[in-house]
Order: sequence, then structure tokens, then C-alpha cells
Amino acid sequence: MSVADITVEEHLAHDDHEHHEQSFISKYLFTTDHKMIAKQFLLSGIFWAIIGGGLSIIFRLQLGFPDMQLEWLRPILGKWITEGGKLDSEFYLALVTMHGTIMVFFVLTAGLSGTFSNFLIPLQIGARDMASGFMNMLSFWMFVVASIIMFISLFIETGPAAGGWTVYPPLSALPQAIQGSGLGMTMWLVAMVFFIASQLLGGINYITTVINLRTEGMSFSRLPLTIWAFFITAVIGLLSFPVLFAAALLLVFDRSFGTSFYLSEIYINGEALPNVGGSPILYQHLFWFLGHPEVYIVILPALGITSEVISTNSRKPIFGYKAMIGSIMAIAFLSFVVWAHHMFVTGMNPFLGSIFMFLTLIIAVPSAVKAFNYITTLWKGNIVFTPAMLFSIGMVSFFISGGLTGLFLGNSAVDITLHDTYFVVAHFHLVMGSAAFFGMLAGIYHWFPKMYGRMLDNRLGYIHFWLSFVGIYLVFFPLHYIGIAGFPRRYYSFTSFDAFSTFGDLNAFVSIAAIITFGAQFIFIFNFFYSIYRGRKASQNPWKSNTLEWTTPVNPGHGNWPGAIPTVYRWPYDYSKPGAPDDFIPQHIPYSQTPESNLEYEKELAKNEEASKVNEE
Amino acid sequence: MTYLVIGLAVLLVLAILYATFRVATLVGIVKGEGSKNVPSSNKLQASLLVVFLILGLFGFFYYSFGGLDESFVNPIASEHGVATDRLFWITMGLTGFVFVVTQIFLFGFAYKYQFKENGQAHFYPHNDNLEKIWTIVPAIVLAVLIFSGWRTWVDITSSAPEDSEKIEIMGYQYSWAVRYGGNDKKLGDYDYQKIDVVNQSGIDFSDKASFDDFIPTRLYLPKGRPVLLQIRARDVIHSVYQPHFRLQMNAVPGMPTRFWFTPTKTTEEMRVETGNPEFDYELVCNKICGKGHFAMKYMIEVLEPEEYDKWYAEASQNPWLKQNSDYLAHVPEELQELARISSGIDSEEDIESIDNTIASINY
Repeated sequence: MSVADITVEEHLAHDDHEHHEQSFISKYLFTTDHKMIAKQFLLSGIFWAIIGGGLSIIFRLQLGFPDMQLEWLRPILGKWITEGGKLDSEFYLALVTMHGTIMVFFVLTAGLSGTFSNFLIPLQIGARDMASGFMNMLSFWMFVVASIIMFISLFIETGPAAGGWTVYPPLSALPQAIQGSGLGMTMWLVAMVFFIASQLLGGINYITTVINLRTEGMSFSRLPLTIWAFFITAVIGLLSFPVLFAAALLLVFDRSFGTSFYLSEIYINGEALPNVGGSPILYQHLFWFLGHPEVYIVILPALGITSEVISTNSRKPIFGYKAMIGSIMAIAFLSFVVWAHHMFVTGMNPFLGSIFMFLTLIIAVPSAVKAFNYITTLWKGNIVFTPAMLFSIGMVSFFISGGLTGLFLGNSAVDITLHDTYFVVAHFHLVMGSAAFFGMLAGIYHWFPKMYGRMLDNRLGYIHFWLSFVGIYLVFFPLHYIGIAGFPRRYYSFTSFDAFSTFGDLNAFVSIAAIITFGAQFIFIFNFFYSIYRGRKASQNPWKSNTLEWTTPVNPGHGNWPGAIPTVYRWPYDYSKPGAPDDFIPQHIPYSQTPESNLEYEKELAKNEEASKVNEE
Repeated sequence: MTYLVIGLAVLLVLAILYATFRVATLVGIVKGEGSKNVPSSNKLQASLLVVFLILGLFGFFYYSFGGLDESFVNPIASEHGVATDRLFWITMGLTGFVFVVTQIFLFGFAYKYQFKENGQAHFYPHNDNLEKIWTIVPAIVLAVLIFSGWRTWVDITSSAPEDSEKIEIMGYQYSWAVRYGGNDKKLGDYDYQKIDVVNQSGIDFSDKASFDDFIPTRLYLPKGRPVLLQIRARDVIHSVYQPHFRLQMNAVPGMPTRFWFTPTKTTEEMRVETGNPEFDYELVCNKICGKGHFAMKYMIEVLEPEEYDKWYAEASQNPWLKQNSDYLAHVPEELQELARISSGIDSEEDIESIDNTIASINY
């Protein structure tokens, strides 16, 4: 068997490796160890989350307290605070743009997939490392290059990109239209090119590893749902990110080389531009061909993590394992054929609108199946409320609340009124932003002991959970009302319109809730860094979980398992099996050792195990 | 000095928090919490989830049914708005029901099945019938939503009736320009190359339909008659958005778009209905377009049909070309006569001044 051969070879090579001490640079910086790369992604994700969250607090101050003096921000923002001590209206758009870009791509894509795909894939499928450790390292350092460029763009004189995170041309193509479309936009595009390269390198690695490096017995039907989610996510990313690359490339041409892919019949600043024949709608089609799958790139890993955490802490098998895999695949497939629901009112042919409404609402079916299955998993469980479990329950709650409002927006007739209002903001911040964010936090709380060999503090975890959970609902739920009232998003101020003169109090309330929620994240950050050094020492399997990563030593070294990689005999969800002495049976325990709890067909498998053992001897 | 005091105060608070945290940790170690299977506050967490559910649902119902100071539902002022709002509220009813039920189950189960010392979870890996039910039922409900949504969408986006008022509306940084067809009710061509400081819309005077076009300072609409907005943009993408009309369509440079609808309430009627004597329909830009995006406003006035006709007849007396008679020079030679007649430039001095301009342009 080729799989076995590879692992043996790797094992030998690996033994060789442990003899020499690694330097700081090769251990912590240019490392090829998947666990260290995961931590690198996690730390960069946390860094970006603080920046991205911080930007949102600045614009929430403007929205909640339009009369507030922001002179005190001048040391950070410089000339973007106007003479009168107000936020510059153009920089407001830059803040919104960078908040979106950072959160969607740098935190919830790189920070979430980058961390947990890297960390968990080899550990949970029983592999020594990723298929290509070098490519994995390259993936991280591409991300670093992207990060540096994006970060610098925040500080340049003309400001960072400011055309919204979707950077629709012509606005993003014409520096005459908005300052941010000058150097800031160029840097945005260059950063995104590196980011896409990073995603592709990572994605190819994840896919290859899952297909080729599973340990003996780890068939696809025994993969934990986390791995299924990461696997499918990588496939989606591999198929969709190149399209964003194409969109970005054409935009670069339009901006710098005088082509007219997206530009046509434009008169700006007293000048008629020569470009004719291009279509801004083309960009939107290309962008959303990534942009919509991207939503699932963000949410599927979170759903995978949640599946694992909910099952473990309910002490019950995940309900409908096969249906969960089926719905992940259905969501992945449908995610490629719904993109134009972002474009119902862009002037696209209304017939396309009908088609995309139909396809969009279908995607609600597998999503609903997932939600119902989570709830049924809780039913008749014996639930342990670790912080990770609470974050997972919170994640399901957000997923339902935000998912349901998708039925309004996916309906093209209803979308006419709601498009680009705060209703949309509320919708995606719940279903994609907060849900994915909670999935990520659940993952950190759950796998922290495996990452650092110590436990996070529970008490701080609970405080963090409750402030975040209540806070996020208080921030985003009121936005639905504001959205139904027709308030447009990306508005610096609502003072210009009589129709939007209301809800000043509600906006102030939302801002206060946002500040508290953001502040609560620092409790987590303290807990995180404190526990790395001074947390309680973890035991080998603190959550009594079934998956393979908990069979490694508390602090797994290079190669993960000191001896042979365990063989897998069963699916990962044998929790509370009737007849078993414990309420969990890890994946590497053969059926032949658990005669008391085997189901009918498993008795057959147990016999086969015995037979093959005899053969080997 | 103030900063120093604030800084010290913050430090002090952080130090106290840290000390509290350390003490609590030590107490936890003494109590031996680390060795327990289940967090000691397991029961508290379960209870808090239910408290959250109850308070959350209370807040949801309270604020959805009148708890807010202001109404969040805009009165409808168009025919299709009635249909889209009906769909909106049907969807709201369905999703609201599912929302409440699923959240109750989610938090309710979490509370009910919290860890018990001798408890045993029920090994329940799947149930095909159950899963079929919650695949098929949502599918049917969604099919109904899709079908009704599709019917409404097709009606709204169908071609405008022949007799609809055709009005051009153009977005630019950061306002709107509207143009009416004038006496012949036909909008003349435009060409973005012909835009200049005065001819902001780029009216193309080689098209004879353009001679009597007029450009008012507000968007006037007749109540009860279908209106077709012919939408375009001059620089970047904008979006024609009017919440009361439930109307939205992007304005795209290089790609004209359209939206037709029938206003059902005059500005006066809305003033009475909303109880706000200052009420005016406002045209909103709803696609990020730059620094002034948030202030890109244009006033709309809906008139009774008779009033509208009267206004239209008056406005037609004053086409754009008449107001800017210099632009007769842009009219091709053979159409000059026609242009004078249809735009109403006929007085002697007008002609003289035009001849002068033509002369000055020729030299």
C-alpha cells in the first residue's frame, strides 16, 4: 500500500531529524512544521482581528455619536481628523473598506482555515505533517508579504483602498473619483495577489494531504467532520480564488495600462475618458464568483469545528454524520451557482435574477439540515459547558439568526428594497462574520491544550463568551430594524436625509455595545497569552475526545507521534455507546477490544480484525 | 497631566483585575477544580443560556411590536411596493416562526440535557425519516417563497407600459440630474463625449428629439401613472434608491438601466399620512460612490396627475436648449431651423445672439 510506504519513509527521515537542535529561525520563523505554521497563522489572525475590529470601533464612534469630538484620535489618524475634530468622510469609507477586507480575508480566511486546517488535518487524519511542508511554509510567508503590504497601505498619504471591500470599478479604478483608488488601491491589489497565492499553496496542500496521507483505516467515511469541512473548503478556495485573481488582474490593467475591461463612457473631473466598451458588471460577476464561495470558505471550517465540539461535549455522536457530509458538499456545489444574488439590482438581466433567486433559496435546504442536526445532537445529551461548547452553541444560534434573513435577501423581489441597506449588514455579520468568528474561538478554546500543552482559564473564557455573545446580538440585531427602515450602508452620516433622521439613539446604543464587545476580546487575548506560559498543564485528552490528535503526547514534537502512527478502526463519534464502560471510545481502539458495545455489523468487523491479526502474525 | 491621571487610573484598574484573577485562580486550585470532569459552573452556564433565551425573545417581540420610539416600516407609496411588502411580511412570518422555535430548542435542549453526574447520553447517530422530513419540509416552504417571489419579480421587471412617463435620471458625483422629453415626450440621445460644464447630461443635439428636452431641478412624478426611469451614470456606479417607492436600481456608467413603477401617493398625501408637514420624497444614492456618497440627495415631488400635466406643459415652454441657446451651435446646419422651432427660440434677439455665437465659433 502506497500510503503505508510513504509514512514509513517519512518516519525514518523524521527520526534522523530529531537529533539536532533547531535554531530559533528554523523553529519559529521559517518552520515547515504544520503545528508551528498553524500557530503562526493564528497569531497573525489575532493581530489582524485587533486591527480590523479597531477600525470598526472608529467608524462606529462616528455613526453612534456624530457630534463627538475626535481630536484625541489625531495622534493615530493625523490629517484624517478634520480641522473641526471630525472624522474625514473619505477616510470613513477607507475604514469600512479595510475593516471588510481584513475581516473577511485576513482574519476569517487566513486566520481560521490557515490555523485549523494546518493544525488539525495531519493530527486528525494521522499524518506526520502536511504533504509538502515547504509549500506550507511558502503559503504562510506569502500571507506575511500580503499582510505587510496591506498594513503599510493603512498609513500612506492618500489612504488605503476606499471603494468598499468589493472594490467595484469604476470607483476603484479611478484615483480621480476617490483618493483611496490611487496608491492605496494598487497596494490592495498587490496584497491580494500574494494572498491568493498563499491560499492556493495552502489549499493544494490541504487537499493532497487529506487524500494521500490518511493513516491506515482512516477511510473517508471515518474522517472527522472538521476534516471534511477543511477539505471541501480547500476545494472551494482552489476553484474560486483564481477567478478573483483574474478579476484583480483585469483591474490592474484598467488602472495602469489603459485597457477598458470595466470602464466605459466615463466623464469625470471635467474630462471624458477614452475608454469605451467595458462593463463594470463584468467585474461584479468575476468578483462574486469568488465572493460568494468565499462566504462558505469562511463558514464551513467554523461549522466543521462546531460539529466536533458539540459532539464531544454533548457526549453524543453528531446526529446524521452522512447528512452533514452531504450538506457540506451540497453547500459547496451550490455556492458556485448563486453568486449573482449579490447583483439583483445592478442592471443585470432580470431573467438571470429569477434563476439566481431559485438557486439561492435552494442553498437554504442543506443549511437548514445542518442547523437541525446540531439541535438534535444536543437532544438527550449529557452536555458539558466548556467555553468551546458555549461558543459552538452561540455559533449555531448566530448561524440560524443570520441564515434566516438570507431568505429575504435571496428573494430578488424583496431584495429590491433591502439591497445595500443595514439589513444586509446585519445579515452577513451574523451568519458569516459572527458565526465564523465564534467557530474560530470555539476551535481555539478546544484545541489550545493541544497547541500549547496548557489549558485556557475557564472563568475568563465564560466572561469572554457572555460579553461577546450578548454583545454581538446587541450590536447586530438592532441593525435589522434600521435596515428595514431603509438606512443605506456605507453612509458617513445620516444627517443629509430627512428619511434617515431617526434612530439616532439606536445607533448610539449599537456603538456602545460594539465597544464593549470589542473590549471583551482583550480578556481573551490576556487569557491566551497568559495561559501559553502560566496556564494549568493539560492532560493528554482533556475533553475525553475520540479523534486522533488526543493520542499524541501532550506536547507533540516534529512528526506528531513518537512511535508508529495509530491505526484507525472506527468513526470518530462513538460517544456514550450503550454497553461501553466509558462514554467515549477513541478512533484507534479496535472493535475486537470492545465486544460489550459493538453493534451487529461491528461484530463482523471485530471478527475480521481478529482474522487479519492472525494473518499478520 | 490629565492623560497621566487617566493612564494611572487605567493601570490601577488593570492591576486590580489581574489580582482578582490570580486570587480566583488560586482558590480554584485549592478547590481542585482542575481535576473535575465538568466545569464547576456547568449548571450556571446552562441556566444563563435559558435566561438569555427568555430575555432575548422578550426583547425581540417587544421591539418588533412597538417598543421602538420610531416606526421602522416606511409607508408604501408605489403599486409594486404593496406586492414586495406582502412578500416581505410573509417571509417574516415564516422565518420569525422558525427563528423562535429553533432558538427555543437550541437553548432549551442545552439547559434540559446539561451534564448530570450519573447521566448517560442517548446514542442516537441518525434517523433517516427525521432527516428526510427536515430536508423536504424546508424545500417545500422555500418552493412556495421562490414561486411567489418569482411572480412578483417578473411583474416588476417586465417591460414598462407603452404610455409610461419616460424620465432620464443620471447620477454623478455627488448629485442627480433628471431630464424630461418635452413636448414630443421623447428623450433625445446623449453622448458622454459631449458633456461639458454647462451641458452636464451630455445631450446630443444632433438628435432632433433633444431640442425640446427640459431639465428641472426636482424629479416630478404623476400619481397613478406608470413612470419609466431611464437610469445612467456619468462617472462611477451610483444607485437610484427610494425607500417609500420600494425602488432601487444601480446607475452604471456605460450601461443604461431602467426601472418602472407607479407612484400611489402624492407628496401632500404623504405629509398627511406621516403627520409630518415637512415630508418630502428623497432620492437616495445607495452604492458607494466616494466622499460625498452620504449626501447625494435629490428631491422628488409626486403630484396629482392634473397638476403634473400643468407643470409639464409649463416646463416644456422652457427647454434646456432655449435656456442655453449657445448650444444651437452644436446643432447640425440642416436641423437649426427645426431646433429653433421646437425649443421655442424664435424672438429676434435670440436669433441674433445665436448668430453671434455661431460666428464666434466659426472664427
